[in-house]
Amino acid sequence: MAKLPKPEELAKIDYAAPKTGWMDTPVVIKEGMFCHGSKPKSLQTLDFPNPREWRPQDVDWKLPENWKEILLEGIADRLKKYRSFRLFMDICVRCGACADKCHFFIGTGDPKNMPVLRAELIRSVYRKEFTVAGKIFGKMAGARELTVDVLKEWWYYFFQCTECRRCSVFCPYGIDQAEITIIGRELLNLLGLNIEWIAGPAANCYMKGNHLGLEPHTIIGNLEYMLDDIETVSGIKIKPSFNRKGAEILFVAPSGDLFADPGTYTAMGYLMLFQELGLDYTWSTYASEGGNFGFFTSNEMAKRLNSKIYAEAKRLGVKYIIGGECGHMWRVMHQYMDTWNGPADFLEVPKSPITGTVFEHAKSTKMIHIAEFTADLIRNNKLKLDPKRNDHLKVTWHDSCNTARGMGFFDEPRFVCKSVVNNFFEMPEDTIREKTFCCGSGSGLNASEDMDLRMKGGLPRANAVKYVHDHYGVNMLANICAIDRASLPPLMDYWVPGVKVTGLHELVANAMIMTGEKERTTDLRGEPLPGIEQKEEKA
Amino acid sequence: MKAIISFIIVLFLVLIAYAGASHAPYIFGVVIPYLAVLLFIGGMIYRVLLWGSSPVPFRITTTCGQQKSLPWIKHSKLESPFGLLGVIGRMALEVLLFRSLFRNVKTQLQDGPKLTYGEAKWLWAAGMAFHWTFLIILIRHMRFFLVPVPGVIHMIEGLDSFLQVGVPLLYMTDVIFLGAVLYLFLRRAGIPQMRYLSLVNDYFPLFLIFGIGLTGVLMRYFLKTDIVSVKVLTMGLVTFTPSIPQGIGVIFYIHLFLLCALIAYFPFSKLVHMGGVFLSPTRNLANNNRAKRHINPWNYPVHVHTYEEYENDFRDKMKNAGLPVEKE
Repeated sequence: MAKLPKPEELAKIDYAAPKTGWMDTPVVIKEGMFCHGSKPKSLQTLDFPNPREWRPQDVDWKLPENWKEILLEGIADRLKKYRSFRLFMDICVRCGACADKCHFFIGTGDPKNMPVLRAELIRSVYRKEFTVAGKIFGKMAGARELTVDVLKEWWYYFFQCTECRRCSVFCPYGIDQAEITIIGRELLNLLGLNIEWIAGPAANCYMKGNHLGLEPHTIIGNLEYMLDDIETVSGIKIKPSFNRKGAEILFVAPSGDLFADPGTYTAMGYLMLFQELGLDYTWSTYASEGGNFGFFTSNEMAKRLNSKIYAEAKRLGVKYIIGGECGHMWRVMHQYMDTWNGPADFLEVPKSPITGTVFEHAKSTKMIHIAEFTADLIRNNKLKLDPKRNDHLKVTWHDSCNTARGMGFFDEPRFVCKSVVNNFFEMPEDTIREKTFCCGSGSGLNASEDMDLRMKGGLPRANAVKYVHDHYGVNMLANICAIDRASLPPLMDYWVPGVKVTGLHELVANAMIMTGEKERTTDLRGEPLPGIEQKEEKA
Repeated sequence: MKAIISFIIVLFLVLIAYAGASHAPYIFGVVIPYLAVLLFIGGMIYRVLLWGSSPVPFRITTTCGQQKSLPWIKHSKLESPFGLLGVIGRMALEVLLFRSLFRNVKTQLQDGPKLTYGEAKWLWAAGMAFHWTFLIILIRHMRFFLVPVPGVIHMIEGLDSFLQVGVPLLYMTDVIFLGAVLYLFLRRAGIPQMRYLSLVNDYFPLFLIFGIGLTGVLMRYFLKTDIVSVKVLTMGLVTFTPSIPQGIGVIFYIHLFLLCALIAYFPFSKLVHMGGVFLSPTRNLANNNRAKRHINPWNYPVHVHTYEEYENDFRDKMKNAGLPVEKE
């Protein structure tokens, strides 16, 4: 792995365009900017074509002989299946409004990371092969031949897009680079050109139910560690159920929350909240993944992984589903699941057993976000909260791309967050809500070998955090995304040391006074609560 | 370079009209306009049908505001519409006022590193100025195709020239239109990134449209054209009794030929964004996914890893961990 340069070095970004035109500037695959190629075993597990050992930095990518034919057929097929694709190939006027909206362009200065040019990489081939003007006028009409170099350029840049959709907010026609990247990656997968950081988790999820490949007993084991910690902190003993038939609610979280901190603290938050409510719910080891790395692979793969959610809800006979804090999981649950694997006519419209609130806006999908559920509880005064227990934190809110621009989920989590902390500060308005910046590691790019790319892409997010860190002393970055919880800590350490990362329900659990709890002296992380140290000193 | 190529092509078109019009006025005054209109109509129908023939498998709204959820949370009806009315409102804002372009900000990196986001409304302003004046000018031109000229057109003309400057009276839209096109060109050619991403396809329509505007202005204010004869020609075209009156200057034929080039080129170029914007699935769909199921017409069954297979893989481990199993 290339050594990560110092922040001062990385921040020297050259925005000057190369001397040669972009069509005449061949791609250079740079160390630190890409992820390892997919392993044959992962592709075999998923029945994907062309499983083989390959390295992106090698000249020979071991493509099938008829690779070009496969790709062109793939394009033709998707033009027929997706109006979005055909339309987005035709209507861009290259006004450039999207250019400086992309975190990867801002962080790298590479013109091919301007969403418009990233799209042109594939549009140029579309013109050549599928339009009259492109066939006749060629390069004059912005058309070019599909070559191995072009293919490599696609691979390099479609894996330098986190499908965050920020460009789509600013585009006067709503052209969505995420959609183009999704289809671009789907095409690349026809040739076995995935990255292992996506293919591996997708294979794990397919066989074992979750990206991390946690087997049933490991899931329980991991949760038991958390339960011990919860007992230490609060004195409350919790016994959650797994794969239990007849529960009212199936709870599905991103598996990242079961595995590493700070996600584990968020999972502890879920457990404590449900315990306090006495909720009749169950975890599942089969549907143990809310996230969906299939979504970063192909539509079909995403559907195959997603199928487990409804299947398990049906098998267990629950009434509805609550989903944990995860970004792309919620884009999938909100915009895709019902279409793929619905109708969920065996479930009931979600109704909070505590407040009686019926979640009408989820009446078809029958799945609600835990932050919606908690916001309703707090609004109805069903939780005893002591936000002072979070007074050692100065919190800012990171809107995750997918819940922001693929769901419109802004005020429910903010309401919850502001109810459980006293010190809340917003980042500058051009960097939050629908204009939020990606962590730089979304859509399956949160590997360790592409740290350069991640730190560059994360610069705009980190820089906005730095603003509130410098101005208000913000020391905690809260969010509702498992990839954020995994990728923002190193990003903060790199650009804004001193800022930690938390999920929403960790904050909730810290503030929530549980029935029969002992006097808490530490938060879930085992750090002393504000005021406690002084008390001890006095004693 | 790409700008120069585009300029040369447009210049070439001007020369064709200049050289050809006096020799073959019927070709330039009748045949080419009819062909261009046919190409435009046929091309646009083809384009829209082609777009329409591809389904919208998923409801992929780009949400730019708060979803409708709990009743006490303020729903952003236009940025994240829940129903048809909201969608119509959102589309109207998009099409009539370029709502998304209005969001534009300029990102700048300063030492520190420090990123700043400055106001950047010029592109929006120029885009609005360009499209709206284009539309008004187009409507004004309807006086050449209608007898009698409807009052509303007189009204628009009156408003457009209310400054009462010059003889004939100066239309404000003419000035704004040419200014906006000029700005769009300078922006494209002047900003290095814009220059880098631009294609011939981007400069060509700008030059073409500027050419149309310029010849129009020349005709109205400087090189006098016999408007009565022009109207005889245009009325002949719309009533399908084409005739070529004498005394129309060559400048008119250049104006007309460039316009024909534009509308013939239209359906095969990026200019189709005019129709395409209405079909954009990130904008014209409601954000009501969880309330109303969206149907994908080509949804097909896929191979899945069932619970049964999963239990077969892990039965012993599950039993040891105290998990319930379907088969002992």
